Amino acid sequence: MGMLGLPFLTRMEGFSAKIYITEAAARIGQLMMEELICMNMEYRQFYGAEESSGPQWMKWEELELLPSALRKIALGEDGSELGGGCPCIAHVKDCISKVQTLRFGEEACYNGILIIKAFSSGLDIGACNWIISGAKGNIAYISGSNFASGHAMDFDYRAIQGSDLILYSDLSSLDSTEDIDQSSFSDDNNNWEELMNSLSNYDESVEEMEKLAFICSCAIDSVKAGGSVLIPINRVGVFLQLLEQIAIFMECSSLKIPIYIISSVAEELLAYTNTIPEWLCKQRQEKLFSGDPLFAHVKLIKEKKIHVFPAVHSPKLLMNWQEPCIVFSPHWSLRLGPTIHLLRRWSGDHNSLLVLENEVDAELAVLPFKPISMKVLQCSFLSGKKLQKVQPLLKILQPKLVLFPEEWRTHVSFSDVTSFSVSHYSENETIHIPSLKESAELEIAADIASKFQWRMLKQKKLNITRLKGRLFVNHGKHQLLPENEPGGSSQTRPFLHWGSPDPENLLAELSKMGINGSVERCMTDAESEDGFTVKVQDPEKSMIEVRAAVTVISAADKNLASRIVKAMENILEGI
Amino acid sequence: MAIDCLVLGAGQEVGKSCVVVTINGKRIMFDCGMHMAYNDHRQYPDFSRISKSCDFNNAIDCIVITHFHLDHIGALPYFTEICGYNGPIYMTYPTRALAPIMLEDYRKVLVDRRGEVEQFTSDHIAECMKKVIAVDLKQTVQVDKDLQIRAYYAGHVLGAAMFYAKVGDSAMVYTGDYNMTPDRHLGAARIDRLQLDLLITDFDFHGICLVFQFTFCKCYNSEIEYRNSLFIDYAAAVSDTVDYIIVSYLISLPCPEMEALAFGLRSTYATTVRDSKYAREREFLKAAASSVLHTAVASILSFVVIIVVHKCVAGGGKVLIPAFALGRAQELCILLDDYWERMNLRVPIYFSAVHNFDRSLIDAPGPCVLFATPGMLTGGFSLEVFKHWAPSEMNLITLPGYCLAGTIGNKLMSGNPTIELEGTKIDVRCQIHQLAFSPHTDGKGIMDLVKFLSPQHVILVHGEKPKMATLKERIQSELGIKCCDPANNESVCIPSTHYVKAGASDAFIRSCLNPNFQFLKSGSEEKSVSGSKCTEGTLPLWIKDERVAEGILVLEKSEKAKVVHQDELLLMLGEKRHEVQFAYCCPVNVDELEKFTTTSLTPTARMLRDPNKSSLIRLLVAKLSRKLSEGNIQDFGEHLQVESFHLSVCLKDTCPYRITNGLEDKPRTAFFCCTWSAADDKLARKIISAMENRDLVET
Repeated sequence: MGMLGLPFLTRMEGFSAKIYITEAAARIGQLMMEELICMNMEYRQFYGAEESSGPQWMKWEELELLPSALRKIALGEDGSELGGGCPCIAHVKDCISKVQTLRFGEEACYNGILIIKAFSSGLDIGACNWIISGAKGNIAYISGSNFASGHAMDFDYRAIQGSDLILYSDLSSLDSTEDIDQSSFSDDNNNWEELMNSLSNYDESVEEMEKLAFICSCAIDSVKAGGSVLIPINRVGVFLQLLEQIAIFMECSSLKIPIYIISSVAEELLAYTNTIPEWLCKQRQEKLFSGDPLFAHVKLIKEKKIHVFPAVHSPKLLMNWQEPCIVFSPHWSLRLGPTIHLLRRWSGDHNSLLVLENEVDAELAVLPFKPISMKVLQCSFLSGKKLQKVQPLLKILQPKLVLFPEEWRTHVSFSDVTSFSVSHYSENETIHIPSLKESAELEIAADIASKFQWRMLKQKKLNITRLKGRLFVNHGKHQLLPENEPGGSSQTRPFLHWGSPDPENLLAELSKMGINGSVERCMTDAESEDGFTVKVQDPEKSMIEVRAAVTVISAADKNLASRIVKAMENILEGI
Repeated sequence: MAIDCLVLGAGQEVGKSCVVVTINGKRIMFDCGMHMAYNDHRQYPDFSRISKSCDFNNAIDCIVITHFHLDHIGALPYFTEICGYNGPIYMTYPTRALAPIMLEDYRKVLVDRRGEVEQFTSDHIAECMKKVIAVDLKQTVQVDKDLQIRAYYAGHVLGAAMFYAKVGDSAMVYTGDYNMTPDRHLGAARIDRLQLDLLITDFDFHGICLVFQFTFCKCYNSEIEYRNSLFIDYAAAVSDTVDYIIVSYLISLPCPEMEALAFGLRSTYATTVRDSKYAREREFLKAAASSVLHTAVASILSFVVIIVVHKCVAGGGKVLIPAFALGRAQELCILLDDYWERMNLRVPIYFSAVHNFDRSLIDAPGPCVLFATPGMLTGGFSLEVFKHWAPSEMNLITLPGYCLAGTIGNKLMSGNPTIELEGTKIDVRCQIHQLAFSPHTDGKGIMDLVKFLSPQHVILVHGEKPKMATLKERIQSELGIKCCDPANNESVCIPSTHYVKAGASDAFIRSCLNPNFQFLKSGSEEKSVSGSKCTEGTLPLWIKDERVAEGILVLEKSEKAKVVHQDELLLMLGEKRHEVQFAYCCPVNVDELEKFTTTSLTPTARMLRDPNKSSLIRLLVAKLSRKLSEGNIQDFGEHLQVESFHLSVCLKDTCPYRITNGLEDKPRTAFFCCTWSAADDKLARKIISAMENRDLVET
């Protein structure tokens, strides 16, 4: 959920940048933000405004939710920005209204010069990698990507293949550093199709399914022992899968334990996720085609196996409440929302179970609820590519240049890579990248090209021609189209000359045109050693003054002047 | 470079849409439909024309299907499973979801009802569908390295899309059926402004959906039920498929009716819908305002139908409405139901498929209204009912606005009192009413789209020749776009865009983007602008900023062509620029100059007996600015400048550029030394002749 900090940015005065988000991510993100605000308001209701009686660490926790850049802005620029605290619902609305949503593979054109496209990263519903392309090459930004997802559309690596530059920013799996065994990926393997298959093998998804199954079995054990299970909602995709799996497990063990989802936005979220086949993985799309719901929760809600309530104090929930039960609710930080109430209730019960994701510091998270006899299960789901897959993946993607995070320098070595160069970047440091392409691609209309008047330069073996038209910068492309009104200058004469005229040649050329004159080397100025002057008497008095870089023709008669120019052009190179 | 366009179906006719287009060596088949009026080889496009050897996999790069109607997809299983095409097939997600249902339904009707031999089996349909790649709207899909396709919302039926295809620099759009006016069912088509060589557009949008899909009948019915507040109960009874499809897609369509439907479907969705409702309604209204005439005409015509239907049932008759285009049938349902509610009518309205309309009800006494399929009475249930109801004068049959030649519907339209059916003669005595409303027949929508896209060429398909001829004329005369309407199996070849590619240096690009201001004096010398005093030099100015790209294209052996700025060329060559300039020391009679300018200059200037440099220049500027229409004269005090023309007072006794002799003696002659570059020679000569008073013509 990389967009939760966005309202902080968009509410700042003078903010005018364009924001591109995939359609699904924007929708889900908006729901998440609304929920956060809702919980924050509730929190204030219980504990008063943050400034007054709220525990001091709470504030810090709020800050922890922000991406680092924002945190800096919030703390650095103005202390009062913090005082504003959590954005309100209007801020979120305003933020979303400033967003331009995209579908996967849709081209958004920025200012005519850049094409921005999103491609599935497989991490979560709507999560994506970006490609920005312009006339001078393209840049791919790779965030946490997942080869085989049980919910979101798979990582679309083909779209990224052949990018000029890859900004590799999949920083998530640093904690899961494992022994890097590169032996399985032989370097001389040029068949990337095969290589890709070995990368995206189903081990990962099987592993993920096993993790889900393990959580489910633990949950079942707890409820069997009479305890309840609390699962804070974190990533949407994982939440939806877990929901399905737990229901299946319950069915198998023929338990009749209610599953509650307590969240102000759950109803909408569940409805929405069932209407977006375009954003989901192949298996789920197949469900659409065979007429099944995309996620099993539709059926489960219908069968009243899952109950959805907006808040802990919903009258219907209170009427319906049964224990033991399994509860999904926000917030994973355990500082906001229904989780607080439920933890207070169950923390003393040694049969109950709390499921946390690894990225949360469990010790810190449960600190306010101590002493705690409830069981705590920590699990980690894939939130990016495994380290050992990074190098082979980059080889498959065939970029020219890779920007790699500095802190990973020691983990992934590119010493044996020759197909692309690598630079390392680190936080808050600007690195300069050499130009990807020397020149921008220009498309010249055939109308212009058909009128080229080529000129051969003998000594350099070059063909050159003048080019004239109107330049259009459109949809990331430079196009040269014919001028609207082809100005009468059809007899294109060279305006650019080079070379050094020689007096004898000039006189000869002049006499060919019936112009006679005499050479005088009378220049006294030191600057023009090789300069000379031709005084013309016939047919009319005129003068040609030749210096190193300039020739000055002085003739009263227009025709004579142009004839002299012709003669000059014959002895000079020009275009 | 050219685009070849082979029309295999829907050329000067309606039915079996199929066009094979070759762009820069890539071959795409757009739609693969069947003709409903034929039972023989004519029902499928003549695929042998694509490849003599029937090696379709090498002959065709991909197939693109615009929507799920049988005249656009009907031949697909035949082509893939029997003809053996194995390549990719692209269609939108909704089309992918609905196509198999549609095809299966058609197959069933053929085999089960008509007892004909099936052309493809259920397995064929399933296998065919496995080859389909579903695409999202607006998603740019790279079919292969060179071929790119993209779908745009067409608004004809659920999932209908127009397809854009691009190979190299050549691009085209194939529309399929589309809808430029939002109706009560779907929104209007939406497409970007694209640079196109070719637009292939369908002319006639009457959906000839002969087999009315029963699942959809349910959908439409559900809306009526909803309006009767019975919807929630009903929805529970509907199969998951329909439930799901409605929710998935209708909810995202910009149409209030569908939002209402989605709204009622599950309270769950209430919030989702509510959020977007305002914005969507506004969008809808905006679009509706532009087409208010269309809508009005359509509703009046619909109302006529309703009155006719009411009259019939009031007289105890039965009404048969063969269902045709999905959207239209639905619109009629809504209107009819509204009316029923308002008039408090209790006469039942049936949908043959949904209500499991019992065949015994056909001959049951009392009035009723029945929607039945297919639309043109080509067979199936509507024909069965027709046989029973046609002989009674009390009954009414409405016919779609369009019926294919050869169908029963067509025969009825031409006023045939007796129809021969399977050997038995039917005496048609019932009333017949033709539904006239179709907001598309006037071609406004097509003209709008063609104008919006402004392609180089237009090809019209899916319409009858005489009707298309008028539109063809209009496109050519009003829009100046070449247009043709090839017949089936004809091939059209049109030229396509091609760009020459070159690398462009930064300096060149920068120089192109530099502003190129030109200040033109307005033609009239009148002191304009009422009320405000206009002093010299404040005449209205025309400011032009036409940026011209000028550069040099360099072609070096075995290297890519490169466009550079002229300064860069010299660097490349290692040469120095050698400028060719003109110089001329121009004598001007000061008296004359003063005489000329007295009228406009302040007396102080005249009083200067010994004019200094700057006052001379000022005098000259005044004179020149009167005489010259072009160029921007800049007065720098010591010198003046027009483009590269530079002029200053020459005080030397012997200037090398003072060519003409004999003038030194004349009194009060001032000399002006002028230099200019070869490019501005014309302008410079003009200025000089003006200075020397050689033009004689004075204003």
